[in-house]
Amino acid sequence: MPTMFDRIWDRHVVTTLGDGWDLLWLDRILLHDLSGGRALREVAERGLRVAEPSRVFATPDHAVSSAPGRTAATFPRGAQLLDSLRRNCAEQGVRLFDLGTRENGIVHVVAPEQGIVLPGATLACGDSHTCTNGGVGAVAFGIGSSELTQALATNCLPQRRPGTFRIRFEGTRAPGVTAKDIILHAIGRFGAAAGTGMALEYAGSAVRAMSVEERLTLCNLSIEMGARVGMVAPDDTTFQYLAGRSFSPKGALWDRALADWRGLPSDPDARFTRDETISMADVAPQITWGTSPEQVAPINGSVPTLEQARSPAESEAWRAALDYMGLEPGQKLAGTKVDWVFIGSCTNSRIEDLRAAAAVLGGRKRAEHVTAWVVPGSEAVKAQAEAEGLHRLFLDAGFEWREPGCALCVAANGESVPPGARSVSTSNRNFVGRQGTGSRTHLASPATAARSALEGAITDPRA
Amino acid sequence: MTPFSSVTGPAAPLLAANVDTDVIIPIQALVGTGKDGLGGQAFARLRYRADGTENPDFLLNQQPWRGTPILLAGENFGCGSSREGAVWALMGMGVRCVIAPSFGDIFHANCFQNGLLPVRLPMEAIRRIAALSGANGLTTVDLERRVVIAPDGEAIPFEVDSRKREALLEGLDDIALTLRHAESIAAFRDRAQTERPWQ
Ligand code: SF4
Repeated sequence: MPTMFDRIWDRHVVTTLGDGWDLLWLDRILLHDLSGGRALREVAERGLRVAEPSRVFATPDHAVSSAPGRTAATFPRGAQLLDSLRRNCAEQGVRLFDLGTRENGIVHVVAPEQGIVLPGATLACGDSHTCTNGGVGAVAFGIGSSELTQALATNCLPQRRPGTFRIRFEGTRAPGVTAKDIILHAIGRFGAAAGTGMALEYAGSAVRAMSVEERLTLCNLSIEMGARVGMVAPDDTTFQYLAGRSFSPKGALWDRALADWRGLPSDPDARFTRDETISMADVAPQITWGTSPEQVAPINGSVPTLEQARSPAESEAWRAALDYMGLEPGQKLAGTKVDWVFIGSCTNSRIEDLRAAAAVLGGRKRAEHVTAWVVPGSEAVKAQAEAEGLHRLFLDAGFEWREPGCALCVAANGESVPPGARSVSTSNRNFVGRQGTGSRTHLASPATAARSALEGAITDPRA
Repeated sequence: MTPFSSVTGPAAPLLAANVDTDVIIPIQALVGTGKDGLGGQAFARLRYRADGTENPDFLLNQQPWRGTPILLAGENFGCGSSREGAVWALMGMGVRCVIAPSFGDIFHANCFQNGLLPVRLPMEAIRRIAALSGANGLTTVDLERRVVIAPDGEAIPFEVDSRKREALLEGLDDIALTLRHAESIAAFRDRAQTERPWQ
């Protein structure tokens, strides 16, 4: 009666180290420009080599400009990082999806899209949103720089097995409710630390009905609940998504893989450390009002009053968050003036996200005072969107159509939301200064972001 | 890795919950710089005013907290990004131990990789220590004995993973330990290749 997580974990234990620790084998390691070059260099400096270079994939995304027509040189400090990544990948025989090539993009958009992450696999990357990749039924987790160096040098990591936390989303979602709204609602309900020390599994009828891209969005925010791992059991939807992708198995190997993958899901009587159910009837489109993803409310709702806090410490935290955000306790969220809109990031930059955003434009233009950016998650997404003519719709609406990368999700590439500006963003973190010093971030779905750009204010996309 | 056995100092109370790694070190400080020299950027957004001068209201700019090796923190300290720069920056400003009720998982793992000790204590114990802390109220964290000694002499035991504790006491890192299992790794690799060649 194992859970899917435990089944996959058990398969990857090279040896147990005692005290709850296992030496875990890694099927895939992903690298990006911010830490990849340095980690590879450190392996070499120790007189070692990358143990399994064919399992390692690198793509620059964090510190690259998203300006139309950009090259590496557009952001010189990033160019140094990319240079180091290029040199070290070449030396160690690691595959690099370089800037401008067809496979380039945000690391967690690229891995599923290219069939690099597969059901039942273990995957590590020096980035906390590695949990995104669990959307296809893999155990994928973020690590720091030191662990990354170790992973590259040994293809293993000593890890302590986390507990398991299942959230079942049951029922049919109301029109206008997206995967982003569902996961933000869950974070609001359980809190930003609920998943600490846990691997999350999302299950239930609402998840079964989701596309793989929606499941990736769901898993993306696992770390915002504190969990390093988030996953969804693979099913026919997953298999159809993966079939024929560049690095997916082919032919007889695919058939063997498929037979194996069908046995991965948690047993019906599997026991989880924690088990919760959320009814879709309770979930409306969401938007954050504070500086932690748990500070979230239905979009037609209000900022809480300080009296609603569960403790004096929470009340104090809310006051600080509202001060920073320039909001009043109890105020209505809808109608709040917006200066910037960012549609992008490994949360919501896939083709379905761009379609959803484009669908609310209706031939209208963004409000005059709003700067609106669309940053596709990868070259493949960008090409697909252009083939469908979505870029035209965005450009006609006065949005900027930019080059793939993390861009305004993390502001590590010389681009940022100005101090004091209010932004509706489809990314995953509304932390103080995340989109630039003094920036005020409201997390929401692509439809909410696009609609808010048109109205120039936070707007319910259903209105 | 820097070994850790014990530290003593005035424990600085930064008790807000969910202090994320973006707050501990802004990403811009990590683009194109190394591990060293990040101490000056730790908590940059709180520590400095817009014009770059020190913000006198920020606790760690005040005596006796400036340069203290011990931080007292709230729930979920170090949540968010995996950036190990958060640990390098804290260590760069002299912090060797953070005491909190809970930590972000990746930050917690990163601490042990560098010789920063994360100690979990209940919030009420942390508040008690905070109330007694000051220039004349020093706290000691002793990893050997697994105990925090509050300024009034109360000894508060804490739990720490024995594997991590030994590594920290000796300043050992995981690569050398893992490489000792080279034979098991090779055997595993061959078996996995036969059983699941697509992976
Ligand atoms: S898009 Fe944002 S969250 Fe995703 S990998 Fe890039 S910086 Fe991290």
